[in-house]
Amino acid sequence: MTARGLHAAFLSASTSSFAEFLAMLPSTLVPQAGSARELADLTPHGTTIVALRGPYGAVIAGDRRATVGSFIAQRDIEKVFATDEHSVVGIAGTAGIAVELVRLFQVELEHYEKIEGTPLSLDGKANRLATLLRGNLGLAMQGLVVVPLFAGFDLAEDRGRIFSYDPTGGRYEEHDFYAVGSGAFFARGSLKKLYRPDAEVDSAIATALASLYDAAEEDSATGGPDLARRIFPIVAVVTGDGVRFLPEDDVQVRVEALVAQRMADPNGGAL
Amino acid sequence: MSVPFYVSPEQITKDKAEYARKGIARGRSVVVLQFDEGILFVAENTSRALHKISEIYDRIGFAAVGKYNEFEALRVAGVRLADLRGYAYDRRDVSVRSLANAYAQTLASIFIDTPKPYEVELVVAEVGDQAAEDQIYRLTFDGSVADEHGYLAMGGAADAVTQGLASGYQDGMELGAAIRLAVDALSRGSGEADRRLGPGQLEVAALDRTRPRRTFVRINGDRLKGLLG
Repeated sequence: MTARGLHAAFLSASTSSFAEFLAMLPSTLVPQAGSARELADLTPHGTTIVALRGPYGAVIAGDRRATVGSFIAQRDIEKVFATDEHSVVGIAGTAGIAVELVRLFQVELEHYEKIEGTPLSLDGKANRLATLLRGNLGLAMQGLVVVPLFAGFDLAEDRGRIFSYDPTGGRYEEHDFYAVGSGAFFARGSLKKLYRPDAEVDSAIATALASLYDAAEEDSATGGPDLARRIFPIVAVVTGDGVRFLPEDDVQVRVEALVAQRMADPNGGAL
Repeated sequence: MSVPFYVSPEQITKDKAEYARKGIARGRSVVVLQFDEGILFVAENTSRALHKISEIYDRIGFAAVGKYNEFEALRVAGVRLADLRGYAYDRRDVSVRSLANAYAQTLASIFIDTPKPYEVELVVAEVGDQAAEDQIYRLTFDGSVADEHGYLAMGGAADAVTQGLASGYQDGMELGAAIRLAVDALSRGSGEADRRLGPGQLEVAALDRTRPRRTFVRINGDRLKGLLG
């Protein structure tokens, strides 16, 4: 439309989605990968994320390990991110693509909020994440899989909610708890025994930490608490007041209590 | 074959400018001024949905007068430009200066290349860590950019409102005092004696440098009533 100044896509009225706007631009901001088959074995993978629902809202926690094959690529990677004031996402799978997906999702939510003057509903956010994830399907089929776990507080329904995804962008709401990543089977087994629907937030955080501990015991790709280096899981709580990440000192106290308990009872949770 | 009348470029530019000025003068005014903790925007606006003041990015705000559909398109373009830049580089790389430049180029291009100029006047402002680092840019329909300090008014009664601001403005005012000054000036500018704008006729927002990350905050409801005193 204009010879100088902004590209015509900026002034078109058609969308409040940042991702759709990016696609209108003659740009290479969204990189296109070629053959990724051989890359899949060479790139870092994030591992286990757990999430629980309760009367307070939702808790989401992730371990800190990234692996390449049987090597540890990073011991202190962060895999849980606030996506806006009332939602968080944890990611498992190919770290590079997952982190980029989260970045795009964060901009997508803020972009919509600014353009429309009101935030998306929680269902809207969850659906949007599904669409972005489906955009990665080509890479997922070549082995660069990303699996997010999304938790948020639904202000309209006044409750916390959890959504899981499959690599094709399938979106499933979870009622109580869920886990994704290589240690997810073990974490889910642990959560199944420890989860109480009416538990308060402190008890829910303890359950999340215990399930990550159990996953780390069985799955070599999931990192346990590293007391020597003071590397602990990232824990976020989402309530009606917003998203709150637990400070490292706070997580340390909770992890030390858990470890002390496991010293006496290595398998934990004896009935 | 008919020969079109010759009209000099000077005459075309004058006519377009006059047309744009008339359009802008029909609207109500907007005030932008610095206060001790940031930059305040106050507009006379009875609509709850059609905003004249908006958030562009973490530290950048936008205010406009004139034709709604035109400045709304520019606002959306600004949000897109800022989000695109922040996504492609980093959040810290989004600056009001590049935004003002993009608007200036776009407005100038529209003014020259199209038969009808945009009937808008804009302010884009960025709040700094200290008042001395605040930046306020005013853009007019032809793409001119002015670097402003302290306070400014634009819209229908801009001159009268500016006078009102000049009589009471001081550096480092508190938020409440700044809002009351802005509302006094806007009320005076409305041209009707003894008219006093109430919370229902005002759109108020601020870039508050004390807030983390997203500094833009709307001030309405009980908070606005309290600050109006």
